[in-house]
Amino acid sequence: MEFGLSSEQRMLQDSVARYLSDACPLQHVRDTAAAASPVSAALTAGLADLGVSGIVIPAEFGGMGLGLLDAAVIAEALGYRVAPACFVGAHVMAPLAIMSGGSEDQQKSWLPRLASGAAKAAVAVTESIMRREGAGVAAKDGQLNGTALFVLDAADADVIVVSDETGCQHLVAPNAAGVELTPLPTIDKTRSVGELKLSGAAADLLPRSGIETTRRIIDAGRVMLAADTLGAGAAMIEQSVAYAGQRMQFGRPIGSFQAVKHMCAEMAAGLEPCRSLVWYAAHAFDEVPGESALMACHAKSHLSEVGRFVARTATEVHGGMGFTDLAGLHYWFKRIGLDRQLLGGPELVRNEAARLQGWIAA
Amino acid sequence: MDLTYSPEHEAFRREVLDFLEASRGKAPRGRGAAQRPTAEAVAWQALLIEHGYAARTIPKAYGGYGASPDILKSRIIGEAFTRAGVPPGLQNQGISMLVPTLLELGTEEQKRHWIGPTIRGDVVWCQGYSEPGSGSDLASLQTRASEDGDDFVINGQKIWTSTAREADMIFCLVRTEPDKPKHDGISYLIFSMATPGIEVRPLVTMTGHAEFNETFFTDVRVPKSQIVGKRGQGWFVANATLKHERGMLGDPGQLESRLQALVELMRNETADGAAIMENPVLRDRLLRLQAEVAAMKFNGLRVLSATINDAEAGMARLVVKLQACELAHQISALAIDALGELGVLYDEAPHLRAHGAWQQNYMFQLGLIIGGGTAQIQKNIIAERGLGMPREPKPATEGGR
Repeated sequence: MEFGLSSEQRMLQDSVARYLSDACPLQHVRDTAAAASPVSAALTAGLADLGVSGIVIPAEFGGMGLGLLDAAVIAEALGYRVAPACFVGAHVMAPLAIMSGGSEDQQKSWLPRLASGAAKAAVAVTESIMRREGAGVAAKDGQLNGTALFVLDAADADVIVVSDETGCQHLVAPNAAGVELTPLPTIDKTRSVGELKLSGAAADLLPRSGIETTRRIIDAGRVMLAADTLGAGAAMIEQSVAYAGQRMQFGRPIGSFQAVKHMCAEMAAGLEPCRSLVWYAAHAFDEVPGESALMACHAKSHLSEVGRFVARTATEVHGGMGFTDLAGLHYWFKRIGLDRQLLGGPELVRNEAARLQGWIAA
Repeated sequence: MDLTYSPEHEAFRREVLDFLEASRGKAPRGRGAAQRPTAEAVAWQALLIEHGYAARTIPKAYGGYGASPDILKSRIIGEAFTRAGVPPGLQNQGISMLVPTLLELGTEEQKRHWIGPTIRGDVVWCQGYSEPGSGSDLASLQTRASEDGDDFVINGQKIWTSTAREADMIFCLVRTEPDKPKHDGISYLIFSMATPGIEVRPLVTMTGHAEFNETFFTDVRVPKSQIVGKRGQGWFVANATLKHERGMLGDPGQLESRLQALVELMRNETADGAAIMENPVLRDRLLRLQAEVAAMKFNGLRVLSATINDAEAGMARLVVKLQACELAHQISALAIDALGELGVLYDEAPHLRAHGAWQQNYMFQLGLIIGGGTAQIQKNIIAERGLGMPREPKPATEGGR
């Protein structure tokens, strides 16, 4: 009986955290945000060296063969540093889709390259959750037509995993005829999402895929976004505590005023239990099939709520400075904001959780 | 992450389940936690001690079962009893607070004299800590114990003394050294509630029930030997017990069972012929609470795990009282809202649900948010001890007492 991270997981956490603390200071986040692509080439290479790109890919394909809890540890570390890097779609959802739905040939062709970082995948599943703006992808005779919004980790993709309206998944080459993948600018300049337009695009069906595999990678993605918010929220609390300890007003550090102190306590009290929820949701994904979808919903929705509270409260603790670009706090605010909306906002996800439990008709 | 039990613990779990299967017929009906235990409850307690399912780690010499501490086994017992719907051993302030304090700081004589009868349920205790003028600032307490020969003579008033009407004994904080700084002038005394000069008045709360009392002391004589720890050390003795109380408030198992009751209510109650669960707004609130209860459950497992492995649970432990009490209150609030107008029924009203428990809990749980260290004090603790934030500067006028 041990609820928590193993010593190996703590080592993984330390090594990623240490790498990011050197390679991803706020200035690097700013520089990347100011450049054309929201993804840092230096971080992409550095994280691949650490094995992050192959975290969930089996060792036989050159990956680390680890579980979703290990991936959650990395997602948290990336959120903590608002790292401008691909992860949720590229290194977790896409490999999982190919692992569960792909043929032997597809796995052999893609997984080693994805693991090493030689190739990078994007994921288009949003329409399996909710369709907006007339989006949706239909498959017919090996060709795809339609639109997919909020394609995750769209930048520099070598392959896109696309779910069609039945939930079956296909591999699409971004540079193929009839494929147009364009960036969607969002509040968050540290991650890449895009819009995919397909007109008669050639598609390579993942033969063992279906609505179940699509749902499953959505579960994984939700846990990852929750973990990302966990890390970003923890960083915001730390910055708030540090700032409140230094900032003097009325001859005292503002952190000695209960009004300010209690804001920090409320953030910490809200976020700390979230860590255990995220850990369990990730653990359930690998080990407790009966709870995995429900826990992914709980983690996603609860972290979205607590994350929003932390994001606005931490900004308030910083006073006027928190509102400026100078403090840079807004990178975390926006990161949490994006995590909340992607793959289903909290209300939508809670409704799914009700259906999963048979509380309302499916 | 390993949520399985070792073979030893799994075997122990089976043992507990077998016991429950064989003996559940002997369990008392109803919990009656706050009152004097019935003869049935005392007999049940004796059976539980004999098997090591109550007073498990209390040494045999003092009437306990004498097992070495194993937090996981304690948890297995608790979980098995809860799941089986069988009442656990006696739970009262004597057992949860006084006994651990005596074990840590009592004399051999005190341990031999008091622990056995307390854990058996023969002696019932109440706690004399808070005073009308000393709530959050407990260390400012004013109840005086002056020396007179071999006795202390106590004058003053305590409040929130639950079970004072039923109690045989009180463990009580009194000021023995009024000239010393406030934390250094307090002593921890134990004495009989039958001592002349003690008056107990029931304290009716907003629930309409007198769950608490006010206790008045007028020239109450207590032999000096009935002190626990050293004279003037009472604050530190009491802190040994307060940490046991904070552990008690905020048990995630209770949150889960309250939430389950709420789920059933929302599935079974109807309005205009449709289950309340069909209402998307109320359902959304329910799911929000369900996620929070899950977070507290796993937070509890994390704290448990840290305790087993002698690791610091740090912030995960500090937030439990604040979060769990608020969550329990919100669960009751949603039940009331789900019941709509029926939610206001009380007393012996027709159409009343769950004997009025949702309203009563809603009110009583607000009391729990305030009691045992108010939410605001909890936030100070989280910020100062957990986050290392600066303390409030002391006003220049407040010196030692």
